[in-house]
Amino acid sequence: MSVPILNYLVLSAVLFSIGALGVLIRRNALILFMSIELMLNAVNLAFIAFARQWGDVAGQVIVFFVLVVAAAEVVVGLAIIVNIFRTKETVDIDEIDLLRG
Amino acid sequence: MEARDFLALTPMLIVTGTALFVLMLDLFLREERRGWLAGLSLLGVVAAFLANLYLPTFGEPLVQGMIRFDALTQFLNAVFLLGCGLAVMLAADYTRRQGIARGEYYCLVLLSTLGAMLMGASADLLMLFLGLETLSIPLYVLATFLRKNPASQEAGLKYFLLGAFSSALFLYGIALLYGATGTTKLDGVLQGLSGAMGAAPGLVLGGLGLLLVGLAFKAAAVPFHSWAPDVYEGAPTSVTAFMAVAAKAGAFAAFLRVLAISTPALAEGWALVVGWLAIATMALGNVVAVVQLNLKRLLAYSSIAHAGYLLIAVAVGGTGALSEPASAGLLFYLLVYTLMTLGAFGVVIVAEGRGENLSLEDVKGLAWRYPWVGLAMALFMVSLAGLPPTAGFFAKFYVFRAAVEAGSWGVVLAIVGVVASVVSVFYYLRVVYYLYLRPAPAAEAPAAGGQAEAEAGRPVYLSRLAAWGLGIAAVLVLFLGVYPTAALQWLTEIAAAAMGAVP
Amino acid sequence: MELVWVVLILPLLGALINGLLGRRLPKRAVSGVACGSVGVAFLFAVNALLDLLRLPEHERVFTQTLFDWIVSDGLAAKFSLLLDPLSAVMLLVVTGVGFLIHVYSVGYMGEDRDYSRYFSWLNLFTFSMLLLVLADNFLLLFVGWELVGLCSYLLIGFWFTKPSAASAAKKAFVVTRVGDFGFMIGLFLLFATFGTFDYLNIFEEAPQVLAYGGALATAITLLLFAGAVGKSAQIPLYVWLPDAMEGPTPVSALIHAATMVTAGVYMIARTHVLYELAPLSMAVVAAIGVATAFFAATMALVNNDIKRVLAYSTISQLGYMFLATGVGAYAAGMFHLVSHAFMKALLFLSAGSVMHALGGEETDMRRMGGLRAKLPYTSTVFLLGSLGLSGIPPLVGFFSKDLILEETFLSGNTTLWLVGLAAAVLTAFYMLRSHFLTFYGKPRYDEAKVHPHESPPVMLWPLFALAALTVFGGVLWISFLNFAPFEEFLKPVFEGGLLAEEEAHPAAALSTGTLLLLSVLAAGLGIFVAWLVYIRGITVSEGLRRAFRPLYTLLYNKYYVDELYTALFVVPGRKLAEFLAGAFDQGLLNGIVNGIGRIIDALGGALSRVESGYIRAYAAWMLAGALIILIYLYLR
Repeated sequence: MSVPILNYLVLSAVLFSIGALGVLIRRNALILFMSIELMLNAVNLAFIAFARQWGDVAGQVIVFFVLVVAAAEVVVGLAIIVNIFRTKETVDIDEIDLLRG
Repeated sequence: MEARDFLALTPMLIVTGTALFVLMLDLFLREERRGWLAGLSLLGVVAAFLANLYLPTFGEPLVQGMIRFDALTQFLNAVFLLGCGLAVMLAADYTRRQGIARGEYYCLVLLSTLGAMLMGASADLLMLFLGLETLSIPLYVLATFLRKNPASQEAGLKYFLLGAFSSALFLYGIALLYGATGTTKLDGVLQGLSGAMGAAPGLVLGGLGLLLVGLAFKAAAVPFHSWAPDVYEGAPTSVTAFMAVAAKAGAFAAFLRVLAISTPALAEGWALVVGWLAIATMALGNVVAVVQLNLKRLLAYSSIAHAGYLLIAVAVGGTGALSEPASAGLLFYLLVYTLMTLGAFGVVIVAEGRGENLSLEDVKGLAWRYPWVGLAMALFMVSLAGLPPTAGFFAKFYVFRAAVEAGSWGVVLAIVGVVASVVSVFYYLRVVYYLYLRPAPAAEAPAAGGQAEAEAGRPVYLSRLAAWGLGIAAVLVLFLGVYPTAALQWLTEIAAAAMGAVP
Repeated sequence: MELVWVVLILPLLGALINGLLGRRLPKRAVSGVACGSVGVAFLFAVNALLDLLRLPEHERVFTQTLFDWIVSDGLAAKFSLLLDPLSAVMLLVVTGVGFLIHVYSVGYMGEDRDYSRYFSWLNLFTFSMLLLVLADNFLLLFVGWELVGLCSYLLIGFWFTKPSAASAAKKAFVVTRVGDFGFMIGLFLLFATFGTFDYLNIFEEAPQVLAYGGALATAITLLLFAGAVGKSAQIPLYVWLPDAMEGPTPVSALIHAATMVTAGVYMIARTHVLYELAPLSMAVVAAIGVATAFFAATMALVNNDIKRVLAYSTISQLGYMFLATGVGAYAAGMFHLVSHAFMKALLFLSAGSVMHALGGEETDMRRMGGLRAKLPYTSTVFLLGSLGLSGIPPLVGFFSKDLILEETFLSGNTTLWLVGLAAAVLTAFYMLRSHFLTFYGKPRYDEAKVHPHESPPVMLWPLFALAALTVFGGVLWISFLNFAPFEEFLKPVFEGGLLAEEEAHPAAALSTGTLLLLSVLAAGLGIFVAWLVYIRGITVSEGLRRAFRPLYTLLYNKYYVDELYTALFVVPGRKLAEFLAGAFDQGLLNGIVNGIGRIIDALGGALSRVESGYIRAYAAWMLAGALIILIYLYLR
């Protein structure tokens, strides 16, 4: 029994929206960042579903590239967040508002 | 991989190799020899520039359909490498003053340039995404390069979080287009598009829309611009200069590639959406720039405004047969924008000293103490304002003309563009005014204590390399302003060839 | 001839060198660069003239394309130069007289703090003027036209710490802008009609494209003339020129007497093909010219400021030139342009020499007098200039002015001729009046403090050179002997002009000889009256004096034109601005421009608050933008 492709896509869209909402709602930089990761993985799901639909392996290969990019982003992002935590002792992004106007 | 794949990749490989070599060399260099790093990076950039110009071009996609090395790629590479080279020249002394003259700095600048080159050359949406990330991730690090500086930290965090957010949107757009057409190759997407519009219009429209959002973020178009002023202000100025040019040029290079996948049926909607983005961007960028007193922030809003003018070309370029002058105008504008923006930020870099933010008051009378620097800044400002006889005038002229020829919507955009330019003249010339504003000697006399300081003024840190960088930018801005014809003819040929290559 | 671009480029190089390096160079080097560049440019101009003369008469048109300037489908313009007899004449005047004035400035500006700035601007002006003259299309002409305006603005305001200088500069800029606005519309009309800016194309096609006397031809020419009225200080836009005397005196000599203000005359001579298609415009040019000649002369009668007298005189003489072009006597107009450049440069520079002798700033003739013995050379050359301008033979002014009056008479319009003749009487009077007031009578300056001394040689030699030109320049065109090399030279340019046709009608009421005599008599009359009043000191009866009092007051206040303009334009403008400003933001705004600026300011302030600094707000903006785009795309 195979699950219809649409279900995967809906799940992907729901995950993506949850991620986007997380970015808007959460104040902890780490959680914010995890929300973005969730969005990326939602996209990965969509890629795999589409690859299955088209019977095309390229879509699955793309997922690996996305994973690599996400890993690189994690490395950089965590470094940035740790660095800011050292001086400010907080990762609450609402308190990071030096620059404005 | 065939031999010609390697040929096409040569400029990028040179840049990558230089980046890695600089990174390694840093370990073996004594503190006082750090200056070599800039020189070496520059050497690599020049080598890549020359290789890029003298390599043969290919009509069809290479590296398994990932990369195009056509005349358009060649030109875009030249612009990116020019920007990178000038940025390195301007950064050398600044990073030394700031204590951040490390190998990583140049390595990251070079890698970011590589990302922009990949974007400009991409023949596949996946490649576009990878290029975008290769461009952005080094920039996140560079923005926060002054690790102990709260503003720089904040700039890095903001840029990173919002950048990653926009990347996710962009990637989702690619996924939807893939779902609609079953491929990520640009020409394949184009072929499948008409059919897909009938079968699953939601996927196509959503995909294109999100693609647009991702690129608009990188280009700092309203309403996806909000990161730009904060990040530009907080980042080390040499990074800001590079970022303002690389990210924007990369984004518009990608726009040119993506333009190819707009079928006539979609072109109208594309033109309207991008046109509205252009209007919002020009309006907000110019109006908010008027109230800025901080030079870096002023230039940040100015760069937002220029994204608006560039978007005009994108908006009218998508409408089928008329894309040639618009693309040529866009390319010319990109080149000119790169030169004048780097020049303007370059003057801020040399005038800045040790990292304090420059306000308009700080540059008061600078032109009298440093006539060359003042003249260069005045030139860049006049060019940014789009007044003859500078390159900025012709850049605007060609874009607006392409817009006017594209029909009534283009006329509307051109009119908004002209009005916006008039507003911009005000704040650009205000900078010139401050540069040349000499406090009357008699009026200063009572404040005896402060007078010596006021008379001596802030020093300008003009190293030889930075002077060359500013000089090259200034001469080119002036040259393209007096004699734009040759460059434009070249660009028209490129545009014709590039538009012809894609059915 | 291929080297004509060198003439153009040299002063630009000079300006660049002095502008960028001048502060570090010794004064001697600055003067060397400034004078040298213009001097060598003059030699190249002479060379170009000789090359031109070597060609057969009808092949004396040489265009040189330096590069394609703007190339696009709709608009094409080349950066190319046109060398023909007309531009050659202007070339020689600009570089020749310009060179002498540069040399003079070495002495005059020797003590100034901003020596190098002065010379770099003066060189930049020379370049701009040459560009204007050598342009082979209207677009390039316009670039030069605006550049000379800019340089004029910069140089009038050279001593910008002096409020009067700064405001005079602003006035010059604004008033000429009014004329330039018309000029620009004229250029647009031209382009819309012909689809090109090229002189030669336009002039060739004009007779076919424009109907003779048609509305389009009239509109274009009148709009172009508006620019000339502003630039050449004719009625009603002359008001900036007298104030422009706030600039350094050599600047007044170069820009506001010899070259820039004559750009309008040159422009009309250049475009005479168009003007001949619009008889109404020709009539307007002639009428405004002669009216300006007369009115400016009356204002010069009573002014006590030596430089302002010369300024009004310049306006008046420019009026003569326009009169000549208006009646189709282009060559005569150009001749007067050249002769006026010699004489007025001479007069201004000698006035500068007088000011120099009295300590630098004195321009009021009521505090001069009796300087003849102290300044023998200056006094002699000033007299030569005065007599020349009055039209006393055999000085160059006699030939050129008489020629204009003669041509005007022959054109059949006796009224124009009579007014022109009357203005000639006035000219002679005010010129000799200023000469007598300055050099004769008892010293009225403070003899205890001021010890007048003759100027140094570097200032005197240019004076002698100009005096020589004034004395011998007449041989260029001795009309009553039918000896006219100047006219012969210009003939290919103006061929087919009205002048040629008019000569076919010999039925003139007065013979050439009679006209000549009348001109000399007019000059003599003016001089005689001046002599009576200021040397013999005859006293006018009290009644007569009282009767003329209102007229004197009227003239002394320059017909209250400045006050009128202030009342008509400046005050209502300000009132309107205050009204508008008050409507938006009471007490903060102070002008229309400011008003708009404030709106944008407020808008910018409000919008910049949207830039709140919060990452989540930024993300929300982005998401909202993305949603709007997506929804819009779906709904279409």
